[in-house]
Amino acid sequence: MKITVNGREMEVADGLSVEALLAHLAVKREFTAVAVNREITPKASYASVALRDGDRVEIVRPMGGG
Amino acid sequence: MHDTNLVLGGKDFTSRLIVGTGKYSTNEIMRQAHDESGAEIVTVAVRRVSLPGKGESILDFIDTKRFTLLPNTAGCYTADEAIRTAYLAREAGLGEMVKLEVIGDARTLFPDVQGLLEATKTLAREGFVVMPYTNDDPIIAKRLEDAGAACVMPLGAPIGSGLGIRNPYNIKIILETVSVPVIVDAGVGTASDAAIAMELGCDGVLMNTAIAGARDAVAMARAMRLAVEAGRLAYKAGRIGKKLYATASSPLEGLPDWTS
Repeated sequence: MKITVNGREMEVADGLSVEALLAHLAVKREFTAVAVNREITPKASYASVALRDGDRVEIVRPMGGG
Repeated sequence: MHDTNLVLGGKDFTSRLIVGTGKYSTNEIMRQAHDESGAEIVTVAVRRVSLPGKGESILDFIDTKRFTLLPNTAGCYTADEAIRTAYLAREAGLGEMVKLEVIGDARTLFPDVQGLLEATKTLAREGFVVMPYTNDDPIIAKRLEDAGAACVMPLGAPIGSGLGIRNPYNIKIILETVSVPVIVDAGVGTASDAAIAMELGCDGVLMNTAIAGARDAVAMARAMRLAVEAGRLAYKAGRIGKKLYATASSPLEGLPDWTS
């Protein structure tokens, strides 16, 4: 299936969990947050939330800013 | 002289200088500047991670046991975007404090106070410690306070402009209008600007570019720390009134007679 992660389209395994996606992308967990289709995914649900075809995923962290 | 702490969301801070984490030439320079500034709160933006998730992170250069991270909603043009960003920051583990920005225009980066007020109401109700970046408008400042803001942060001048405190009289009126802390956010160019804000009676100053963009950011961070401390002390000490004519500092009596 195709999903969009941080604006980048990618092909991933059907039913991939948020947890597996973060591991696949080697994203550090500390101070990271995830939203799927504009809704925030709580950390406790990473393993149980299965992504669906066409999902838009945002993964954010703190960056330099004022 | 005894001084009180800056209290935000029930937390006490002895430093009245809040600094940013953007625009530094290197992360190491940022780390040193933070150290010299004496700040206890540093602002951060919330942005997409680069994929794959490798590379240096600013968090490797910020001791999160020492500094409180203050996520901003910079780049948000609607209340909805700002609210979502605040929630993301909280979910990321950045705490309840949020430097709330709802920008109205890309060229001036002036706040959209209508959106700001709306977002302040929602986030305050949801338990956030809302620190709104606002105009130097006492009416809006009062409305933000009534909406549940933990402090108000009027701009001294446009973000990154370095123009200093362009309307000290409005800042003074804001100080008389609200009872929450008043923190000047944006516009500071050099140490005297920070001192002026504090001499007016402001509770703190927030800056990024003035330090990060200085030729020697680490030295400027120290200058800002001293300026904020000096300005605060001068405010507490109570300055003399301004007079048009001279008032002699030396006694007029007891002058020797040089007449011949």
